[in-house]
Formats: sequence, C-alpha cells, structure tokens
Amino acid sequence: MKATVLVRPKHGILDPQGEAVANALGHLGFSVATARVGKVIDLDLDAPDEASARTEVQKMCEQLLANQLIESYDVEILHD
Amino acid sequence: MASPQPRIGVITYPGSQDDRDALWALAANDAEAVPVWHEEQTLPDLDAVVIPGGFSYGDYLRCGAIARFSPVTAPVVDFARDGGLVLGICNGFQILCEAGLLPGALLRNASLRFVCRDVELRVERTDTPFTSRCSSGQTLVIPVKHGDGRYLPPPELEPAQVVLRYVDDVNGSVDAIAGVCNWAGNVMGLMPHPEHAVDPLLGSADGALIFASLVEAARARLLTAV
Repeated sequence: MKATVLVRPKHGILDPQGEAVANALGHLGFSVATARVGKVIDLDLDAPDEASARTEVQKMCEQLLANQLIESYDVEILHD
Repeated sequence: MASPQPRIGVITYPGSQDDRDALWALAANDAEAVPVWHEEQTLPDLDAVVIPGGFSYGDYLRCGAIARFSPVTAPVVDFARDGGLVLGICNGFQILCEAGLLPGALLRNASLRFVCRDVELRVERTDTPFTSRCSSGQTLVIPVKHGDGRYLPPPELEPAQVVLRYVDDVNGSVDAIAGVCNWAGNVMGLMPHPEHAVDPLLGSADGALIFASLVEAARARLLTAV
C-alpha cells in the first residue's frame, strides 16, 4: 500500500518561505495573495487494508513526521 | 583541599560542530570535560551533560528531529528526567525540544537569512543552574549562528521559563526569547553560543558565565551526593 503525507505549516504560523515564494511569483507577473510551503512524504508500507494503513500513518505523523506544535498534516492512502 | 572537578559530558552526534569548543569551555571553567560519542548506549558517570551546536544528521526532516533516535539520546533523556543538568546549545536546543525535554519549537528565521554575529542578551533569571553567575537584568554579548532559531513557545509556556531574551530582534522569535528552561529548571536550551565567547580574545568572555554557573551547580550536586 502507498501513502502520501502532506505536512503544512499550521494556520497562523509565520511562513517566511511561503512569503518569499508568493513574492517571487508576483515578480513573474502572477497574482498570488499568499503561498505556504510544506513538504510531501511518500511512503510504501505493509498494511492489510486502507483503514489500518491510515491508522499506522497517522501514528507516524504524530510521533515523527509532523511537529504538531507548528505543523498540520493530511494523509492520503493510494492503492497499488 | 582542592574542590572536586565535576565531570561534564559533551555529546558528539554525526554533524555536531561545536563539541570541541564546548569541551574547551568546560575545561577552562574547571570541569573535567568528557567527550561522549553518539553510539554510546549508556552515559559514563557524569554530573551534567552539554548537547552542542551543529547540524546533527544533516537537519533532515526538521532540525533535531533525527538525533532523538540516536543511541545516546535515550540515556540523556533518562538523565534529564532523573533531574540531571542538561544544557542544549543551538542544535542542542532544537534536539531537546524535539525530544520533549523542553517546550516549543525552532523555526526558520523570519528573515530567511542565516544570522552569524554577536548579539546582546538580557538575563531574565539568575536562579537557574545555568545563570547563577549572572546578575539580574545583565546584558551578555554572545554570538549566534543559525538559520532556524525562531522560537515558538507552546501556549502553556510559563513566563518564568524564559531565561534569556534578545535585546534586539534577531530571528523573529516570539517575545524575543533566546533561551528557556524546563519546569523543573534542570534543563536549559539557548540558540546563542556561549562556548564561542569564553575568553576576551574571542571578542567576549560573557559566555563563560553560563559555563561557570553550570560547573558550579554540577559541583554542588557532586558534593551533596558524596
């Protein structure tokens, strides 16, 4: 089973990288009000079904992949 | 009779950079400085531990996030939870936050620039094992060198846990916080580098106050334990 974790700076946390990206896009002529920069973690894992995969990946997020003081996360389970 | 030298360990992780300066600073302040390699499963007999600056494990995922899984970190966490004195400097501060020994997190500097210069710090507390040699409200000149030093406290951080503040904004830290301690007061982290400011030849000797405080507290514990 494959999973994708999206880690984002939490709402309300200053994201200077996002501001720099929005600013750069503005220089290219794009009209962008805000940009936020996070990260993507692709996982290939052993799990019998989608529900158990999701539970497992959520535990991974809580224990390591996201720092919940500053980051939020979304888990997407992809079938092979 | 000469007063006993406390044994203070300095952890070296892959990517630690300031371990030698920390060892030197401890020895210069009358401690027996003990290098501790990251592969150690147990700590030698120590009276305090310093986690130095650098870029442990390449700062992968988040600064300090991977060092938490290094073999030596588990006994350091046990040592701290048993009340042992632990000082984390820069990356060491980030590691202590990721390991849950200190509250909060350190984010990319608001300026997105790596800052490397002397800064002024205000001492907010002098009743900690790390600042007892300072006077209340004293200004220390100590260098910073970091790209991820913007401190974000958790909502539950007590004002009394703030030990050091930047006099002027350096990295966008909330409330200009430069150093915090845990609730019990035996663990402190700070972004500035006192080990780079322990002799007038280095531009400032103010960092020696932090090390002298730590050595004194470690010695007091050693004498009590005997």
